[in-house]
Amino acid sequence: MAAATSPVRASLFVTCIIDQIYPEVGDSTVRLLRRLGVELDFPASQTCCGQPAFNSGFWSDAKPLARRTIELLQHDKYVVVPSGSCASMMRVFYAELFHDEPAMQQRIASLASRTYELTEFIVDVLGIDDISAYAEGETNQNKRKVTYHEGCHLRRELHAQTQSRTLLDSLPNVELTEMEQSEVCCGFGGTFSVKFPEISGAMLNDKLKYAGETGADAITACDSSCLMHIGGGIAKNGMDIQPQHIAQVLDDALTG
Amino acid sequence: MQVTTKQFTDSAESALNDAKIQANLLGLYGGFHQARLDASAATPDWDALQERGRAIKAHTIANLDAYLRMAMENVHKAGGNVYFAKDANEATSYVTSLALSKGVKTVVKSKSMVSEEMSLNERLEEAGIESVETDLGEYIIQLAGEAPFHIIAPAIHKSREEVSELFEDKLNAPHYTSIDDLAQEARRQLREKFIAADMGITGANFIVAETGTLVLVTNEGNGRMCTSMPRIHVAITGMEKVVPSIEDMGIMLRLLIRSATGQRISSYVTAVTGPRRAEDEDGPEEFHLVIVDNGRSRLLADPDLREALYCLRCGACLNACPVYRKVGGHSYGWVYPGPIGAIVSPMLTNLSDAKDLPYASSLCGACKEACPVKINLPRMLLYLRHQLAEGDNYPQHRTSTAKERLAMKVWRMAASNSFAMSTASKLGRLAQPFMPGEGKNKGGSSPLSAWTRHRALPSLASRPFRKRAKDHDL
Ligand code: SF4
Repeated sequence: MAAATSPVRASLFVTCIIDQIYPEVGDSTVRLLRRLGVELDFPASQTCCGQPAFNSGFWSDAKPLARRTIELLQHDKYVVVPSGSCASMMRVFYAELFHDEPAMQQRIASLASRTYELTEFIVDVLGIDDISAYAEGETNQNKRKVTYHEGCHLRRELHAQTQSRTLLDSLPNVELTEMEQSEVCCGFGGTFSVKFPEISGAMLNDKLKYAGETGADAITACDSSCLMHIGGGIAKNGMDIQPQHIAQVLDDALTG
Repeated sequence: MQVTTKQFTDSAESALNDAKIQANLLGLYGGFHQARLDASAATPDWDALQERGRAIKAHTIANLDAYLRMAMENVHKAGGNVYFAKDANEATSYVTSLALSKGVKTVVKSKSMVSEEMSLNERLEEAGIESVETDLGEYIIQLAGEAPFHIIAPAIHKSREEVSELFEDKLNAPHYTSIDDLAQEARRQLREKFIAADMGITGANFIVAETGTLVLVTNEGNGRMCTSMPRIHVAITGMEKVVPSIEDMGIMLRLLIRSATGQRISSYVTAVTGPRRAEDEDGPEEFHLVIVDNGRSRLLADPDLREALYCLRCGACLNACPVYRKVGGHSYGWVYPGPIGAIVSPMLTNLSDAKDLPYASSLCGACKEACPVKINLPRMLLYLRHQLAEGDNYPQHRTSTAKERLAMKVWRMAASNSFAMSTASKLGRLAQPFMPGEGKNKGGSSPLSAWTRHRALPSLASRPFRKRAKDHDL
């Protein structure tokens, strides 16, 4: 809740998928956080948190990546991650990965205590519930109808079910239209969708069906990985709904 | 039961292509799953209840030997027998020889997943003993010659129409159209068996150590008939089903029933302590408790998997699981399906053969969220993946290929420094281990074409964020 007094300092951990595939999400994240008064830096040598290797069972390959991420972010600032999944890796699973290295635990605990997914950071750290107060000049008052997919790790590892919805609800030019089963996995799961493309595809088709039924213009989420998967399905099926990261939805709504 | 865990992918695909199975699976989320949510929301301090249940299980499993001994002594005191079976085979042999030595011709059975591990019905039939399932769902799948599809609802994959056809075919029954008529038909058939049976075999939801009491939860009352009508009652249970006290059992019952069906209490809760006593008017002359290990001590011995023994077999994680709701129960290839099955089945059978199971999860965590005793199922799936990939604690089960391991090393090196990452991603290397390759599946289609059947592939940005950061003065 330090927003009003001294600026909150935070490092942006942008995630490899945003870096390599969706850099525009990174742009929106930076604009958004600066608009909220955050003093932001970007540790340039960051790469991947190690989650893909960890989830595949290759922990000895995940460890060096996790270790360098922990070292890179060893400071006293917050760490903001525009991904519920990567934030979970750092906040929940690093401790698991290094369970046999007690010497690492203190550093991991420190990182975990400072790491937040983007919408959690805005609501829980900056103390902002009504983000519309940060709109710049004349915003577009045409209401956009947006539906929300609840990322699995955000919900069940970080237990953040309300923050993103609170922010979306606070925007006068966004109408949040909840879809059926928004809390059910879209079927991505990284290697899961590669190993079992048909099972994953069946899960995806449910997600697309429920998203389509809302008649929303856009489907948003706090994870670019889910949106890559859902977006891939949207493109494949020629659906008329746009996948957009929540940073973009918020940034757009505040800019007009 | 025959182990077909190796065929997971093929079985899953045939389930996905089976319109009837898909239609029958659709009801689970709005049905059992929602019923559990409603029931837990209506229970004051549900979370505290869960914590208490978990603590009871943790304590019991940590002191399992002592509680099993206590249970055994108290069953003996009540006049019953206890047999510890190292594996399914020993358990089956004990029950079969007992039945033969007592001249048993007909056995009535109430639901027992452990008896599925033992292939008990088949073994009894081989010995010339008729064994009839009396739980309606189990009766249906026994007639169909199938394995249970769901822990608490074994025939949930069958529609009313399919059951009706099955009854016509196997029982020469008329064509019924209502569930009530089907249930009446089953009741008529089973009544004769109950009257003829010399032995009743049941499972156990709980064994109360301090009293030697067996507790059964059913909705049809068949369990109570199996424990009281035949002259011999045999209860078969996994060794993790013991709870210390009656009070603990009360806590576990509340958790189990709400999580299984959303009821506050099931239609029948039966508690049995030993055989009939001199002053009792009825009840069996003999009571045998068969406590089965069958690989459970492997779970017990591994601190990373011990938690799997906290399971109450409520089935909530199956209903919550989006993968189970697509591939159904038979795909998992053994007795226990769904998230808990993906942990227990490999460990109770053979991990290498079941290597697909721990990977057949998007790690979404819905199972963990649903579990009444807060078992961290995704963490155990990750641990098993780690064993399969690198084999730290189970070197004999490392099934990753040299090619996979190499691909991971290359990826790791590329992802370990930011310059290499940009270069590697230009070459398309970065995503390699996680992206479908061009190689052929045995079916002839490439994994890439399977992936792109449902979704378009994303393309890499021409200018990654790490370059754009400079535009933002970062
Ligand atoms: S793991 Fe938990 S949710 Fe799944 S069957 Fe066991 S007790 Fe129920």
